[in-house]
Amino acid sequence: MENTIIKFAMGTCGIASGTQDILNLFDKELSRLNYPASLVKTGCMGHCYAEPTISITLPGKDAVYFGNVNEERARDIIDHFLLKGDHTEGIIPPEGDFSRKQLKIALRNCGEIDPENIQEYIDREGYKALMKCLTKKPEKVIAEIKDSGLRGRGGGGFSTGLKWEITRKSKSDVKYVVCNADEGDPGAFMDRSVLEGDPHSVIEAMIICGYSIGSNNGLVYIRAEYPLAISRLKTALNQAREQGFLGENILHSGFSFDIEIRYGAGAFVCGEETALIHSMEGMRGEPTFKPPYPSVSGYMGKPTCVNNVETLANIATIIRNGAEWFSSIGTATSKGTKVFALAGKIKRTGLIEVPMGTTLREIIFEIGGGIKGIKKFKAAQTGGPSGGCLSEQYLDTPIDYEHLLEAGSMMGSGGMIVLDEDDCMVSMAKFYLEFSIDESCGKCAPCRLGNKRLHEMLVKITDGKGTMADLQKIKDLSVVIKDTSLCGLGQTSPNPVLSTLNQFHDEYVAHIEERNCSAHQCKELIHYVILPDKCTGCTVCFRNCPVEAIYGDKGEVHSILDHQCIKCGICLSKCKFNAIIIN
Amino acid sequence: MTTLSESTRNFLVELCRKYRNDEHELINVLHEAQDALGYLPVEVQHLVAGELKIPDARVYGVVTFYSFFTMVPKGKFDISICMGTACYVKGNELILDEFKRRLNVKVGGTTPDGIFTLSTLRCVGACSLAPVVSIGNKVFGNVTPLQVKKIIDEYIEKAEELH
Amino acid sequence: MKEVTITIDNTKHSVAKGLTVLDAARQVGIDIPSLCFMKLHDINIENKPGGCRICVVEVKGRKNLVPSCCTEVEDGMEIQTHSMRVINARRTVMELILSDHPAECLTCAKAGDCELQVVADRLGIRELHYEGEKTHLPKGNSPAISRDPNKCILCRRCEMMCNEVQTVGCLGAVNRGFHSVVTPAFGNDLINSVCTFCGQCVAVCPTGALTEIDESAKVVRALNDPTKTVIVQTAPAVRAALGEEFGNEPGTLVTGKMVAALRRLGFHYVFDTDFAADLTIMEEGTELLRRLKGYLAGDTSVKLPILTSCCPAWVNFFEHQFPDMRDIPSTARSPQQMFGAIAKTYFADLLKIERKDLVVVSIMPCLAKKYERARPEFQQNGNPDVDVVLSTRELARLIKLCNIDLNQLPDEEFDQPLGESTGAGVLFGTTGGVIEAAVRTAYEIHTGKELPKLEFEELRGMEGLREATIDFDGLDLKIGIAHGLGNARRMLEDIRSGKSHFHAIEIMSCPGGCIGGGGQPYHHGHVEILKKRQLALYKEDGSKKIRKSHENPYIVSLYKNFLGAPMSNLAHLLLHTHYFDKKY
Ligand SMILES: Cc1cc2nc3c(=O)[nH]c(=O)nc-3n(C[C@H](O)[C@H](O)[C@H](O)COP(=O)(O)O)c2cc1C
Ligand code: SF4
Ligand code: SF4
Ligand code: SF4
Ligand code: SF4
Ligand code: SF4
Ligand code: SF4
Ligand code: SF4
Ligand code: SF4
Ligand code: FES
Ligand code: FES
Ligand code: FES
Repeated sequence: MENTIIKFAMGTCGIASGTQDILNLFDKELSRLNYPASLVKTGCMGHCYAEPTISITLPGKDAVYFGNVNEERARDIIDHFLLKGDHTEGIIPPEGDFSRKQLKIALRNCGEIDPENIQEYIDREGYKALMKCLTKKPEKVIAEIKDSGLRGRGGGGFSTGLKWEITRKSKSDVKYVVCNADEGDPGAFMDRSVLEGDPHSVIEAMIICGYSIGSNNGLVYIRAEYPLAISRLKTALNQAREQGFLGENILHSGFSFDIEIRYGAGAFVCGEETALIHSMEGMRGEPTFKPPYPSVSGYMGKPTCVNNVETLANIATIIRNGAEWFSSIGTATSKGTKVFALAGKIKRTGLIEVPMGTTLREIIFEIGGGIKGIKKFKAAQTGGPSGGCLSEQYLDTPIDYEHLLEAGSMMGSGGMIVLDEDDCMVSMAKFYLEFSIDESCGKCAPCRLGNKRLHEMLVKITDGKGTMADLQKIKDLSVVIKDTSLCGLGQTSPNPVLSTLNQFHDEYVAHIEERNCSAHQCKELIHYVILPDKCTGCTVCFRNCPVEAIYGDKGEVHSILDHQCIKCGICLSKCKFNAIIIN
Repeated sequence: MTTLSESTRNFLVELCRKYRNDEHELINVLHEAQDALGYLPVEVQHLVAGELKIPDARVYGVVTFYSFFTMVPKGKFDISICMGTACYVKGNELILDEFKRRLNVKVGGTTPDGIFTLSTLRCVGACSLAPVVSIGNKVFGNVTPLQVKKIIDEYIEKAEELH
Repeated sequence: MKEVTITIDNTKHSVAKGLTVLDAARQVGIDIPSLCFMKLHDINIENKPGGCRICVVEVKGRKNLVPSCCTEVEDGMEIQTHSMRVINARRTVMELILSDHPAECLTCAKAGDCELQVVADRLGIRELHYEGEKTHLPKGNSPAISRDPNKCILCRRCEMMCNEVQTVGCLGAVNRGFHSVVTPAFGNDLINSVCTFCGQCVAVCPTGALTEIDESAKVVRALNDPTKTVIVQTAPAVRAALGEEFGNEPGTLVTGKMVAALRRLGFHYVFDTDFAADLTIMEEGTELLRRLKGYLAGDTSVKLPILTSCCPAWVNFFEHQFPDMRDIPSTARSPQQMFGAIAKTYFADLLKIERKDLVVVSIMPCLAKKYERARPEFQQNGNPDVDVVLSTRELARLIKLCNIDLNQLPDEEFDQPLGESTGAGVLFGTTGGVIEAAVRTAYEIHTGKELPKLEFEELRGMEGLREATIDFDGLDLKIGIAHGLGNARRMLEDIRSGKSHFHAIEIMSCPGGCIGGGGQPYHHGHVEILKKRQLALYKEDGSKKIRKSHENPYIVSLYKNFLGAPMSNLAHLLLHTHYFDKKY
């Protein structure tokens, strides 16, 4: 009889939620019970909101997913579901909204296979695409990718096939294939999940790319903050070498290719391809003006094809299923699917993959289950520090490269942060700008100084010291920064400001003219007050205030010394009588 | 400049040699050096520069460019507050402020007793647990300002046990 | 060369393929402002980080404005260099740069010569709309160069000079974003770094971030001290450039007027470093011939090639970076130091005054000489052989301070005995000049014959690395020339690896030699100025009655009455030196 297969989602966030303990528990209990089961560590299953997540495939049955598997639920699953075949709490229904609207291409193996076991990848048609390519002319492979309409998922959206073609045409004895796994967008974790869950899909694609463009050298530039992805990638590389997919004379085709790993060291700008190349060369990660593009002169001055992780993760399926199949998915200009990392004030945070053209409403309200709690949706931020916010009016915008740009945002790499009424849009813009300031390389003046000045003006506004004239200045300066900056970072860094200014103009005005932050986020503009008619004098707030800003005798009404209060919000969260409010 | 111990020197010389004394491997060398030594003081940078035959200024320029590299030793425990967007919208600033206040250090600072370094990082990829604080390999999720004191006390105790 | 057609400001032009938009525009008379960009044609060096964004233009079909300094022309390109959008962007970026800049023009050493000031004015900046945090970093001083990082605009020219041209690697960008700045390693001062004080960074810095240490106040003080006798020596390259500070065309020789000005400033004796250059030739030439003789006789302890040693930045360079090879350069001191040593002994004796009452001032094209004069081996009991070194620029300022209109002065002659010099001495100011001077003397001493022709065209020019073979009456003397420390490094590496076949090599740290020194009037990247200065020196050489060092009558009598012979014991004591291992 076949074994029951139990899979444990063990991406970084699964592990952080304690999945290892759950796995240990299953291991111990099942061996004690002599229950025949294979326990498999997989990558992310996408249900971040319900970690720890596991899936159980009983022999001959479909997989069943369980969320929020704590110790208690785990025992419940063992006792009832496994041993008795009963229904148990915590099942994530496969036809539920979360899964129904999704289509998994790049994530096809994530959460399904053990990323540290190449055989599982091979069993799911892994490396078939490579074998197919090796029998074809490189030009044919490139044509297939071109025809598929695949565009770069790293943010720029450039045609992948065209990039390969240009690199192929650049004459040089040595060329490089680079996988950009720097994923620095705060709030984005698509590439990490792919590398943690299905590293071979990226490796296979890199080999195919090498074959197509005429390169024998691959490099993965990965951020050092991703230790698990690094270790799984290393394991996968070794296994691929052992199996003859990497190295000399791959599968006796006469083609040789190998892959090295290079580490980032904490610099977002190194995601920009020229900066990335300098960083791989052991230099400061400062971008250089393009042209020349890396496809003409890149790593060590040689033609270099830089592709994003997710872009690569699509390649093998395109080769296997054909360009036509891929291009039938998506919209007129954007083909295939896009992976998003859903986070923020949304019920079901997670890693999702949807066909291009899916609307924001479908993503947020169907897949994501809408806003957490009783608050109202305010905006979705896409594209991270280079993107913008999409307010309610854009909920029915189909998501693809062009539409997002039109709406004043960007596809970016795929972080999507959902915001509700408690989020202050001015602060949000300030937050992203602060990120851009911290991460600016400093090489060009508009970005180095312009973003700094923009940020200072926003601080002025959130401190209640802004003027209406500042708003115009902010706009004018933003336009010049975008227009004159050297690299993509500066060229897009004012986007969060411009888009919020555009869509939430009133909120800016309220900060300036009424000194009012309706989201209660700008500390300088809010005051904690105790309502005398509600306060019972229980002293809880008094005892918890970290700075002794509250006074009052037991049984008496308490008060807050506004000038002493650091607006930490502890009292508010502690008062059982709802006697504390923010003004 | 103080001098490095014989064993540290040897380690670094070996390390550079492992990377064929290739200047393009500078970042890899620095990563490994910092892993082993905890930080990258001037003497280490100078020695690496010499081994890779590049100017000190180049190494220093690289070390100061990347936020991963540090020239000062870190505390026993590195308290890292996630500054990613998901954590931001879930109120990480309040958490950071509370840590700053309780430890009385700025971001990047180390407490005088050498126990804590307060740092920030960008998205550890546990966005669903936001706001997130990580100390060593341990990730604390859904942290509230009220928890801050508890976390600090827990680690002060750990530090004492280590003694 | 292929041509492309571009439309620039609505006019069609045919320009060479491969040009940048900036260069193409300038060729057709449209002068787009630039700041970080710098091109040194003769040494084929470009700095174009694309960082200042002052040179942006609008190109039809491109989403963003493009930096004209980094963008190549393409056939059919349509360019607008002064549209509203462009002007607004340039002015905004300039305002941003100025928003993090100390507004100290009135007291800044670069005022009047500052490219930032000029471009800001050109853009008509009269008001700053942006304000906020400014960079506040400590200033750094050294014996030669003063650094004010707060005035740095991150054009990266100095970094390029120091790393690519000079290959010293002292300066580099550190930190990132708003906190970026260009400094020596570990934030150290220059004196605690590998800096050679060649001053090439100063020569190209567009702002007051890098300037010389101004020591003119010391000179004024000395001149007003009745107990002191103050004498001055002027290096050869100064006379070929000083005039530029007074509105003269580059290449105008102002030797006589300079002497007159110095006399009016109150110097008791106005002497010439060229005299000491002749002395250097006597010593270095003799050393060359001795080594050559030994070498030819098969003495394996004798090392060849011999390298010149009259450039103090070069000395610093090999002490720091090639200490193992420090026995190859000649031991002869630089002319400045030979002058100082002779002045404080021979000349002080002539005047019957004590060493401490004689103040020796040098006027130099050079910043390294400021460092050199402070080296401990060039002092006696704390009294230095040379007391103050002023750069050409500082001299110009001093002249202006003292209300002297250089252009209206008569030509005057140097004083004697330390002011008599030959054409050979004058040549020291340019690349190739030292070796040409040395050849003139060495040839005649070695062969005992008179040279038929004094100009050695094969040694002249501006190529970074040059070589020539001179027929020494049957002996082929192989000569190498390098200027710019990057070229010097290549020479040294060839010597170390045994590839070098030269007998003698002249090395000058500054591109062009001292005419391009770090203390000269700023060339703002127009290095064709250097060629003009070079021609001026050749002209002065040609106009001299005596053109060979060993024929300088005052040199002859100096040996006769004081030193004995070249490389005598006394000559060794006063005119030679030794080098240190300063491996950093
Ligand atoms: C500031 C900046 C950061 C970037 N970060 C990333 C990144 O983290 N990952 C990535 O794949 N691409 C990133 N990019 C885009 C890359 O420069 C490049 O376009 C991409 O890797 C190309 O791959 P693709 O065509 O497959 O998208 C970034 C670009 C900029 C300007
Ligand atoms: S835009 Fe910003 S990150 Fe990009 S080169 Fe300029 S300063 Fe560096
Ligand atoms: S906790 Fe609430 S009820 Fe209790 S004293 Fe404070 S304000 Fe009053
Ligand atoms: S918000 Fe914080 S500081 Fe202010 S009164 Fe409440 S507990 Fe005290
Ligand atoms: S560097 Fe130029 S702009 Fe700045 S203070 Fe000096 S003269 Fe003025
Ligand atoms: S330019 Fe203006 S500030 Fe400067 S000296 Fe003249 S009047 Fe005064
Ligand atoms: S003086 Fe010369 S060596 Fe020193 S920093 Fe400037 S360019 Fe470099
Ligand atoms: S110091 Fe001068 S030359 Fe160097 S980067 Fe700064 S402004 Fe440019
Ligand atoms: S070449 Fe002349 S000016 Fe330049 S450092 Fe040497 S001696 Fe000084
Ligand atoms: S479930 Fe793994 S990343 Fe969220
Ligand atoms: S934003 Fe904090 S873990 Fe992702
Ligand atoms: S001159 Fe072109 S960017 Fe500075």
